Amino acid sequence: MPKKIENRQKQWEARTLKPALDAFPERKAEFSTGSWLPVNRVEVPESLSEDAYVEKLGFPGEYPFTRGVQPTMYRGRLWTMRQYAGFGTAEESNARYQYLLEQGQTGLSVAFDLPTQIGYDSDDSHSIGEVGKVGVAIDTLSDMEILFDGIPLDKVSTSMTINAPAAVLLAFYIAVGEKQGVARERLRGTIQNDILKEYIARGTYIFPPQPSLRLITHIFEYCAREVPLWNTISISGYHIREAGSTAAQEVAFTLADGIAYVKAALDAGMDVDLFAGRLSFFFNAHNDLLEEVAKFRAARRIWAKIMRDRFGARNAKSMMLRFHTQTGGSTLTAQQPDNNIVRVTLQTLAAVFGGTQSLHTNSRDEALGLPTEEAVRVALRTQQIVAHESGVTHTVDPLAGSYYVEALTDRIEEKVMEYLVKIEELGGMVEAIEKGFVQKEIQDSAYRYQREIEKRERILVGVNQYKVDAEPPREILKVNPKLREVQMKKLAGVRAQRSQTEVENALDALEKGARNPGVNLMPLILDAARAYGSLGEICGVLRRVFGEYRETVVL
Amino acid sequence: MNRIDSIRAGELRAVARALTCVENDSGSREALIDELFPLGGRALVWGVTGAPGSGKSTLVDRLITRLRGRGSRVGVIAVDPSSPFSGGAILGDRLRMQSHAEDEGVFIRSMASRGYLGGVSGATGDAVRVLDAAGFDYIIIETIGVGQTEIEVMGLSDLVLLILVPGMGDEIQALKAGVMEIGDLFVINKSDKDEARKIRAEVDYVLDMKYAENPQDKNPVAMTAAALDQGVDDLLEAIDAYTEKLRSSGRLEKRRRDRLSAEIHRILAEKIESQVRGWLRVDERTQQWVDAILDGVHPPYRFIQKQLDSFFREAKVR
Amino acid sequence: MAKTIRILVAKPGLDGHDRGAKYIARALKDAGYEVIYTGIRQSIQAIVKTAIQEDVDFIGLSLLSGAHNELFPGVVDALKKEGAEDIIVFGGGVIPEDDIPGLKTRGVEAVFTPGTPIQDVIDFIEAQRPRIESR
Repeated sequence: MPKKIENRQKQWEARTLKPALDAFPERKAEFSTGSWLPVNRVEVPESLSEDAYVEKLGFPGEYPFTRGVQPTMYRGRLWTMRQYAGFGTAEESNARYQYLLEQGQTGLSVAFDLPTQIGYDSDDSHSIGEVGKVGVAIDTLSDMEILFDGIPLDKVSTSMTINAPAAVLLAFYIAVGEKQGVARERLRGTIQNDILKEYIARGTYIFPPQPSLRLITHIFEYCAREVPLWNTISISGYHIREAGSTAAQEVAFTLADGIAYVKAALDAGMDVDLFAGRLSFFFNAHNDLLEEVAKFRAARRIWAKIMRDRFGARNAKSMMLRFHTQTGGSTLTAQQPDNNIVRVTLQTLAAVFGGTQSLHTNSRDEALGLPTEEAVRVALRTQQIVAHESGVTHTVDPLAGSYYVEALTDRIEEKVMEYLVKIEELGGMVEAIEKGFVQKEIQDSAYRYQREIEKRERILVGVNQYKVDAEPPREILKVNPKLREVQMKKLAGVRAQRSQTEVENALDALEKGARNPGVNLMPLILDAARAYGSLGEICGVLRRVFGEYRETVVL
Repeated sequence: MNRIDSIRAGELRAVARALTCVENDSGSREALIDELFPLGGRALVWGVTGAPGSGKSTLVDRLITRLRGRGSRVGVIAVDPSSPFSGGAILGDRLRMQSHAEDEGVFIRSMASRGYLGGVSGATGDAVRVLDAAGFDYIIIETIGVGQTEIEVMGLSDLVLLILVPGMGDEIQALKAGVMEIGDLFVINKSDKDEARKIRAEVDYVLDMKYAENPQDKNPVAMTAAALDQGVDDLLEAIDAYTEKLRSSGRLEKRRRDRLSAEIHRILAEKIESQVRGWLRVDERTQQWVDAILDGVHPPYRFIQKQLDSFFREAKVR
Repeated sequence: MAKTIRILVAKPGLDGHDRGAKYIARALKDAGYEVIYTGIRQSIQAIVKTAIQEDVDFIGLSLLSGAHNELFPGVVDALKKEGAEDIIVFGGGVIPEDDIPGLKTRGVEAVFTPGTPIQDVIDFIEAQRPRIESR
């Protein structure tokens, strides 16, 4: 700290602060962020030399990208407003997409139901009760054709939250493009394709880590060649945070996952600059506004360093951490749900101050069930108000230089680096997950957080303070309970019409390919998709060859 | 059907209730075991132990699959520690064996170590008797780690698998600490990891030293990667061969007799101690004795001997 | 001495959101209960067989996917079929207020929605203790 400021601070502490504290003690002995980072009473400028500025912050669009990945950020183009949606049948979801596009949404984000995410057809016994519940049910290419009916794939970018069977859903999407006459070079979008966080936090895994990483690498290779505009992975901290991690853990474990994917691709012989530019990230936004902003900035800076210094990337694009944000589902309360609109507004601001590339805002009723159309509209309007009315988009990285935000950015970076070192010591991320280390760290944070709420050391408005006795009933969206039967009938129809020999040949070829580590499975999966082989059939073949993962639980 | 017949028929609920009776040491436990005892003695009892994270449960899961393939019925007792603070416990070992949850030929029971009088081994021993009487061909006792309690529990088995894994950083410590004394078969799990060979070499070295005179008695060592389902067939083969050796050499029989003998000692000691405690509680005698000894009127040992004599007199009267 | 109460915390269905289930498991352990935890994606049959083998007093089901109307009563019915209807079933998760009466009629004895203090769950368990100990 510069001497002059230091002297002045001492003076201030004695002359002004002390009498104030004596007369009015502070509310708490110690203050900390939502993720328990210590917070000083006032931050003062450290001696930020010119060199340090250039090294730590730089300018937007340039290394280390602390201030953003584009030189003009939202002055050039606003973030993509992308509401995650999908439920019931492909027809119902298609109607919701059409509605959202009419309302000014600029990208689609597809939510699949759990059977689809775990590679089961709707008629599988595992699917009982789950068909169409948390997203749309997709069994075959036929469902996918309906899902995008009337939506030209060369006009939208589509994000698909799909992981273990990502290759299959991507194949369905490419095949729909073919039917619409859209070449795959022109398809734009993202598949989540992030299996490691499924083992850690989200649970929709199918295969063990090694074959899963192989599939992911195949997608990298295939898309680099054939679907160049496609984001081949969205490395996700969102679910890690939802599982109860701190902000720093969210970044640490997400970047550690990213490192594992980069290593897998390099081990498969790919050039880092060939795929690294298509990696994208996905983070959560919670209520502690400034900590969240610092988190996003720290994540960008760390990733840039890793890519340049550790993996030798030369292309600036390979060093840029581009990310999607979703506001924090776990921060929403079932109690007094309108309060959630305010929470989502804070989180939207965090994402925008943090320089997000796209954003999903949660609907106020999501702690109650699936969002209604009206609630989704309010959520979208929240983004639009921040974008067009708040003025925060006029300048790039508006909170840079805030003593507090910069100090927090550094603190988060430190915590993240500690974790990354620890994970390397454990033998890398896959090992750390298999040993349960990552899960245990998250659980401990989740437990601490919940304990604080129980003991009212942490106030959740409407939950453990400011409660109301009777809450009015809420309208919530109901999914047709007969949906599974509808979907099963459709699937039976497709099975009756397709050429059985064609499907069997394609599945046989896939099985042979899967047994040969040298074969890229994408083209084989695409063949099976075109023949109307079902998701469950395709994943069934891979299950036979690869086996299934079983979770590590350390409680 | 009465309770004993239901257990003998392997009826799930009856077996589960009997295990609870043993665990809770409820009034009817001794009568239950007395009735079940003649029905048992057929099962082979395996102890499986190793540090947390060594993949024990996964290995047990794979072994169950193999044993089921041969048509054998398998009982598992998975022992986890109770919290010393709350007395509660999280029992999660069976998580890795849940693929057998719906199989009628597999019975898995999680037990918390609780604060059993005489240690957890008493309850576990009787739990084994229940499963044995219920007709399970194999009973696998799984414990975490290698503390004193675990060594006691392992003493209940016909043979013990000690699981070692690379990358835990405690390999050499484990060997030094003499943990290997309790193992009959050594299983080096996660054999797909690079350092597995290093542990193998260390284990071989220790065994070579120990059995320099009589190498034919060296313990078998198996390499497995349970998560990848590798090496499990070989392990099972080694277990079978080892069991055969135990049996034909009469060591199995001797072990079982020694075990029962140890158990008789333990139970007698427990019962006597419990009587002494009951007796001591009467009139709060000990407080007076402390005063007497502190006053210097009585030499302590002579004084205690006198009390002991009166204990036996009173016990005889009762 | 009071009986040690044993509780199976189980996640039926396919959703992997186990934060709540794990929290409950740990909090109930800290409250002195023995908790059996079997991980995500458990079939109804697996839950019921596990509950019987472990001779638990309670099954706590956690589900966030919305399949509770099918799966929670499914567990209750399967328990009945096995003659184990004395095992008390409760549930938690994102469960709309409207669904709770239906679940209760079908044998789910308590439903805890997000934001429920753990003490409420403990109170519920302790209120059943006489029933369990008189068995």
